Amino acid sequence: MTEPATLEIEHVSHHYGARVALDDVSLTLEPGRFNALLGPNGAGKSTLFALLTRLYRIQQGEIRFQGASIEQVPKRLLASLGVVFQQSTLDLDLTVLQNLEYHGALHGLSTREIRHRADRELSWLGLADRKKEKVRALNGGHRRRVEIARALLHKPRLLLLDEASAGLDIASRQAINMAVRSLCDERQLTVLWATHLLEELQPADPTVILHQGRVKASGTGASLCEANHCEGIAALFEHFTMQGPD
Amino acid sequence: MNIATYLHAFNGVVKREFWRFIQQRSRFLSALVRPLLWLVVFAAGFRAALGVAIIPPYQTYITYETYIAPGLCCMILLFNGMQSSLSMVYDREMGSMKVLLMSPISRAWLLISKLVAIALISLLQVYAFIGIAWVAGVEPPVLGLLAVLPALLLVAVMLGAIGLFLSARIKQLENFAGVMNFVIFPMFFLSSALYPLWKMRESSEWLYWICQYNPFTHAVELVRFALYLELNGQALAITAGATALFTVLAVISFNPEKSVRAAPVRK
Repeated sequence: MTEPATLEIEHVSHHYGARVALDDVSLTLEPGRFNALLGPNGAGKSTLFALLTRLYRIQQGEIRFQGASIEQVPKRLLASLGVVFQQSTLDLDLTVLQNLEYHGALHGLSTREIRHRADRELSWLGLADRKKEKVRALNGGHRRRVEIARALLHKPRLLLLDEASAGLDIASRQAINMAVRSLCDERQLTVLWATHLLEELQPADPTVILHQGRVKASGTGASLCEANHCEGIAALFEHFTMQGPD
Repeated sequence: MNIATYLHAFNGVVKREFWRFIQQRSRFLSALVRPLLWLVVFAAGFRAALGVAIIPPYQTYITYETYIAPGLCCMILLFNGMQSSLSMVYDREMGSMKVLLMSPISRAWLLISKLVAIALISLLQVYAFIGIAWVAGVEPPVLGLLAVLPALLLVAVMLGAIGLFLSARIKQLENFAGVMNFVIFPMFFLSSALYPLWKMRESSEWLYWICQYNPFTHAVELVRFALYLELNGQALAITAGATALFTVLAVISFNPEKSVRAAPVRK
């Protein structure tokens, strides 16, 4: 069985003109685990995702995948990366299967292989009977599941999800959260789950709290609560995000 | 990454363009209505005003409809090339561009695949137009319909590349309307699509030279000659050169950082 993927972010800063989006961010994902990136809106989570996915160039610092700088091994990174962005990237006028076929082809898979894998992923996510429907006809929760199925199609080793459950009802949020968690156990996927919703985290999750572009704390939720004398993740989050800029 | 990988990617990009084309049947119709209006209405009005002398590749006197048909074929390619760029701006705004950018396959290959895919879709529309024009009395040699295929493909890729190059410079969808006015209409009217260049020279020397430097003029001539089973070497060289130049420029200027939008960042 392949070793779970590793990802290290070291001293990464990013600016939009004079605005600082990320300020000396360092964090390491625990391989094969559900890693949580917790931060309020505007904390810099999406900017970090854009850097991890090479949509933005790194201005300062370094990001290493499997020990190598992602600037040295961009294709290896992209081939190993499954991503669900905050904003949907599905083509609403195409069917579920057509969206998956397009993505699979962009990863160099044959149509036959894509259909085989799509059946597997869609069944696992409870969408096997919806594959010929247009995405536009699906509700928000199902669209998110399609995006997850698509992100898994090329068998990535690292799965990044940026606010994947935002805007969904509680039941859909929980279902998606649990489905992604099971990937860590069953497929040894390393997951980075960015969110501002505290109920999506579990005390044992390796967690990074990002606020105003800076890492405020990192460790398991339980250890952070203990170290900061907080009764729960909600109190912990409030403790760090109610502070003004340093 | 082997050759099969690249071919699968090409296949995927072509299929997506085709699926989108099927979804947008009204786009197909509007692409046909525009040149047909020129062929039927405009040509009827101008037939008397514009006498066309015997000029290569024509062996005899021709109707004005026959003269403008190749230019109208290129008009379809011109509008489609620019409209496809519009769809790139749309993809960028809607976020679906990220799917393309997240591919581990060479970005240049994917962009060229997209250009060829758009060109292939445009060819369907051009042949539909030629079919209707045939009914209206424009009858080039039957073999010319085959000979013109590579010429049309080259022209379509050239115009798509120009559109892609321009789209890299457009920040928002709304700005594209201006580019349409500043690019499509000057390119079309300052060419040999509607009138032979010697006619233009009679009116204005400098306008004639602008037309000569317009790659669209040479694209039209390449198609015109091919349709009548002749090869215009100069037109081929200029069209191929412009295709290569704009493809390289489009690929170089395609900047992913401009193609995605980050979530707003608080100060």
